[in-house]
Amino acid sequence: MTSATTSTDATDGVLPSGWEIVIGLEVHVELNTNTKLFCGCPNSFGDEPNTNVCPICLGLPGSLPVLNARAVESAMRLGRALNCDVNSSVFSRKNYFYPDQPKDYQVSQYDLATNTDGHIDLPSGTRIRIERAHIEEDAGKLNHGGGDGRIHGADYSMADYNRAGVPLVEIVSHPDLRSAEDAKAYVSELRNIVTAVDVSDAKMEEGSMRVDANVSVRPVGSDELRTRCEVKNINSLRSLERAIEYEARRHVHLYDNGEKPRQETRHWDEEAGRSRSGRSKEDAEDYRYFPEPDLVPLVVTAEDITRLDASLPTMPSARRQVLADKAGATDDEVGLLVDRGQDAFAVSSIDAGADPKRVVVHLVNNLSEGVGQLTPETFAGLVTLETSGDLSSTQAKEVLAEMVAHGGEAVAIAAAKGFEAMDGGELESILDGIIAEHPDEWERFATGDEGDRKKMQGMFTGQIMKATKGQADGAAVARLLAEKAGS
Amino acid sequence: MTDTALAIAQAVRSGQRSASDVIDEALSAIGSREDELHAYNLVLADEARAAAANVDAQVAAGEDPGPLAGVPIALKDNMCTRGIATTCSSKILEGWLPPYNATVVDRLAAAGAIAVGKTNLDEFAMGSSTENSAFGPTKNPHDITKVPGGSSGGSAATVGAGAVPLSLGSDTGGSIRQPASLCGVVGVKPTYGLVSRYGLIAFASSLDQIGPFATTVADAAVALEVIGGHDPADSTSIPSPIADLQSALGKGVEGLRIGIISELSGDASLGSVEGIAPDVSARAAAAAQALEAAGATVEHTSIPSAVHGLPAYYLIAPAEASSNLARYDGVRYGMRVDGANALAMNAATRTAGFGEEVKRRIMLGTYALTSGYYDAYYGQAQRVRTLMINEFNDRYQKFDLLLSPTSPTTAFDIDAKTADPMTMYVNDVCTIPSNLTGQPAMSVPFGVGDDGLPIGVQILAPMLGESTMFQAAAVLEEAAR
Ligand SMILES: [Zn+2]
Repeated sequence: MTSATTSTDATDGVLPSGWEIVIGLEVHVELNTNTKLFCGCPNSFGDEPNTNVCPICLGLPGSLPVLNARAVESAMRLGRALNCDVNSSVFSRKNYFYPDQPKDYQVSQYDLATNTDGHIDLPSGTRIRIERAHIEEDAGKLNHGGGDGRIHGADYSMADYNRAGVPLVEIVSHPDLRSAEDAKAYVSELRNIVTAVDVSDAKMEEGSMRVDANVSVRPVGSDELRTRCEVKNINSLRSLERAIEYEARRHVHLYDNGEKPRQETRHWDEEAGRSRSGRSKEDAEDYRYFPEPDLVPLVVTAEDITRLDASLPTMPSARRQVLADKAGATDDEVGLLVDRGQDAFAVSSIDAGADPKRVVVHLVNNLSEGVGQLTPETFAGLVTLETSGDLSSTQAKEVLAEMVAHGGEAVAIAAAKGFEAMDGGELESILDGIIAEHPDEWERFATGDEGDRKKMQGMFTGQIMKATKGQADGAAVARLLAEKAGS
Repeated sequence: MTDTALAIAQAVRSGQRSASDVIDEALSAIGSREDELHAYNLVLADEARAAAANVDAQVAAGEDPGPLAGVPIALKDNMCTRGIATTCSSKILEGWLPPYNATVVDRLAAAGAIAVGKTNLDEFAMGSSTENSAFGPTKNPHDITKVPGGSSGGSAATVGAGAVPLSLGSDTGGSIRQPASLCGVVGVKPTYGLVSRYGLIAFASSLDQIGPFATTVADAAVALEVIGGHDPADSTSIPSPIADLQSALGKGVEGLRIGIISELSGDASLGSVEGIAPDVSARAAAAAQALEAAGATVEHTSIPSAVHGLPAYYLIAPAEASSNLARYDGVRYGMRVDGANALAMNAATRTAGFGEEVKRRIMLGTYALTSGYYDAYYGQAQRVRTLMINEFNDRYQKFDLLLSPTSPTTAFDIDAKTADPMTMYVNDVCTIPSNLTGQPAMSVPFGVGDDGLPIGVQILAPMLGESTMFQAAAVLEEAAR
């Protein structure tokens, strides 16, 4: 699938025909190191304000940064996982004033970033190029008192520097994304990769993964890059989709009216469903980047790269391939299980002898909340009972719920529930055959009034008794009929 | 006149003299001239007496307090001292008490030295006369109508006055060596990275280096041994222990090759810059003769890039300063002048809190880093810096040491140069190259000028060439006696 076809398809209904969206994403990922980027303070979320601070992360006069080697290692691992070149790099100061920034400059990377020129392959096959993934420090947080809780109109603000100096990697994509769907898929895939290499918990709700979207539009078939707006304050994948589509429609509307968007930063308001104008390019700050003289250049050797590559786990795209080969499932199913991190469980269950299709069906539909006490072996046991006809699909589902909650073997739980092993499965397949022969009668039983229902129950019970030569248990038949009609 | 640090330490360690007695004497010597000199922003009388009592208790208990036992030392007021005001001679740090000690402060205390006060400086170390202090100028102890030099003027003046044997300064473009020269004391700017900058309030991070003032070369050596060596808290700290400098002192200069920098010689026929006073260049020439007499080979050598140091320095240092000083915004500590919003508070605070020279350099540095001008100014200055490093390294293939005057003139009149920043900046022409190259240099007193005021001679050495530098310094010290 090429990106051009994705774009036209996905833009349907979002923009008038003839327009396409051009998106580049800047994603900040907070690294899950024990300590901050330049000091020994805990890197921890949700503590009392200003408890995880020291002279260094408060930027007190005379303090100096010392680079956290673990943070660098994590950033480089992520770089390799994103197919980047990992380079020797230099930290730079990005100078600006904001009260949450203790030094009034952010230590970041400018012209010599640690990771450059990578890519992510989306599950659809589209390749999104990554320009760079550089290391930088986070700022603190302001809490605005009085007014309406925003900085304008606040009576006072309180600064919490617990987050100041937390290590971040900022991953900057090329403007290769053509739809909100693509953007969501990119962020999901990035999150999968980040968690696979275990460098961040990547939670958008907690701010450990933050997404800014650069959005513009252009006529389909054009390869120009028109004026873009950077949309900030996006807190979920749903926000991301809405914000991108809102912004794109806004641009098309402007062009339709003979106007043009101006390059600016905009803040997404999830409640209002719109973005608000922030800083324009004209009054954008000049960050006056220059090499950070308090740190020495970060030197990367060929041995470092070899060591990093050897330490990488299997990436999500390769995991999707493994699962697809094993299970023969659809792209959507495979993608979902890898997103949920259930692919390894699926593969182990299949390896333990379970039917691949049933494994995927159960995981997709019945195990979305997690596998609980289930192991690949016990799960395989259940699936085998089901596929061999010993349990009906309905019974299997009930046994499975019990296994997830409390563990145990499928055979024992089925027995305890009175699912007469042979009878249950056999009965159901017999009934399925009878239903196939009498679809109209079944329709009357399942959806008809009281009278119809009674009549048809008698008819189906008679047919089953006939087919089983009177061996079937009447109560079991009644239960099976009720279950089948209700499901 | 005070005893040397080595003599005091020896007397205190052997129990011949109590540290308390030493400190009382130093405090009284400081007090006797403080009104006229204003060398100190803060005298730490109580703290010093308490520390002296500790040293005495250690000696009484049979413990060795260390190589600087009981030695009074003054600290430039840009080095952080826990719970003790550290001002950089700026109103903007009003009321701020650092919660930690600079590494050098801890190392001095661990060696038994006793901090007696925080000395005056040009605000944030920006100046060459200590006239840019928010708390008023320091005077030259040899003539109180003259400046002591700067920016470490208070530290130079108190040692020059004989009140204490040792002090620490910081040197970004000559701020130790030039006041050492003007006050008639030894002053050392070590190799960049030899002494930890942790706790030194930054002026220009890639140039700043802490070093000692002393009345003798040997005292300077022991002080540098105490404060130098690797510190993991400073990423630019050189990861090796400091050399044994005291043992280098008696080695002489027999066979050493020493180059006199033509461009700083004061001799126009050799291509020297203008402004080096004849009495100053005469003393530098006399120093060269003394070294030759002691067995060194001495010749002139041209280093054309040396004179380009001044403009490069006045772009790089302000650029870094504009960023380093951004944090004084009224939000977290020090002075705050309220405004309608955060940005207005920031502007009001900085307008009220910084002096003229600091504002001038912040503006200069901000401009030098502005996109569109970066390459022409900051970028070009960094290229000059690289050129200078290459040229000096090349000369050090041929010479063990280089020689020049330290300051173009003897101490000048108070207020003589404050009206014109450019004439003030030219004071640093001889000292700036070593900051840009990161190489060590020191000023050694070598006689007096036509006005009877002290003149220092500068010895320059390659990276980590302190031992050889101190060998030559000891020879000059002996020759000047
Ligand atoms: Zn910290």
